Amino acid sequence: MDSADSADRYVPDSVRQAVKVLIVGAFGVGKTTLVGSVSEIEPLRTEETVTGAAVGVDALAGVEDKRTTTVAMDFGRLTLNDRLVMYLFGAPGQRRYWGMWDGLAEGALGVLAVVDTRRLAESFEVLAELELRGLPFVVAVNRFPDSEDHPVAELRGALDLTGDTPVVTFDARDRASSIDALITLVQSISGGATGPAGTEGTDHPDEAARGPVAYAPRQGERLPAER
Amino acid sequence: MTGNGGYRDSALRPYVITGGKFRPSRAALGVETLLLRAETAGPLPVTATRESRALVRMCERLLSLAEAAAHLKLPLSLVKVLASELVDAGYLVARSGIPQAARPDMELLQEVLDGLRRLR
Ligand SMILES: Nc1nc2c(ncn2[C@@H]2O[C@H](COP(=O)(O)OP(=O)(O)O)[C@@H](O)[C@H]2O)c(=O)[nH]1
Ligand SMILES: [Mg+2]
Repeated sequence: MDSADSADRYVPDSVRQAVKVLIVGAFGVGKTTLVGSVSEIEPLRTEETVTGAAVGVDALAGVEDKRTTTVAMDFGRLTLNDRLVMYLFGAPGQRRYWGMWDGLAEGALGVLAVVDTRRLAESFEVLAELELRGLPFVVAVNRFPDSEDHPVAELRGALDLTGDTPVVTFDARDRASSIDALITLVQSISGGATGPAGTEGTDHPDEAARGPVAYAPRQGERLPAER
Repeated sequence: MTGNGGYRDSALRPYVITGGKFRPSRAALGVETLLLRAETAGPLPVTATRESRALVRMCERLLSLAEAAAHLKLPLSLVKVLASELVDAGYLVARSGIPQAARPDMELLQEVLDGLRRLR
């Protein structure tokens, strides 16, 4: 497994900081495709254990078990400059995997919520959970060839999004298009102060007043340790 | 996990025997945290586990925790615990990401944006 090209796997020595973005979405929306099209390394796969006691469990329903399951997660890397790299972590959006988001979202810049318009309903609970957690996110609508062309306003309504959540359409197979979706995310996190608002949603009138989206620590979240 | 007994390293053992479920004490590492073998560190104790040795070897040059886990084909949660312990013990150094409680500053966000635009 230590192949001849194992030296290529390393991060340049000059890099001092890593940022990360979380990619979530229902099964088959294009998370793996997105990671593959923007990553400069061959996308990697690793496993995380998730304990059933996920956040947001409906106590009344009582369907969530406490077993520990293993979830595969794929991720990729982008070198942004000689001192900064970005990691993209793709995580499944189904409720039973929400426990996995905890460790991934901690310290993340934000979340790209990938959506397939042919199966919108599968995204409802993903988006609701992101809103509940107060994570800064952008909805990235992956255009499939047989997707109908819905106006963004219509999608926003159908997804029941709050007024200031940016929505961007993109093609997960296309590198530039996927990077544009990431750019929209970063712009929205910085409240538009970092550059021209190129996408619908980032020029919301409240945006400037709101400033950068804050991380809302969840109840019971452990205190940050030194890092 | 090793499964083969005989390891008695006092520092690593609690984590190993709890199968990585034990909460790391000091160094809270993220999946994106960059790890590097500490130049000044001596060899690991003879009792160190195979997994810890492999991790330190993997981090001979700079690599994120998640990448190390993927290359070693070990679960992330286990590597988090091992790495945390190795950082605490001075065998690995961590180059941090954004502290959990802090929000990224404008300067960093601008740097990220510029980088993304360049790559586009
Ligand atoms: N036509 C088209 N197919 C896509 C696109 N994105 C993903 N796919 C395909 O849809 C399937 C599921 O995508 P994948 O990235 O594995 O989804 P994931 O489950 O979210 O990781 C794969 O067969 C992809 O090839 C896209 O933008 N256009
Ligand atoms: Mg996938």
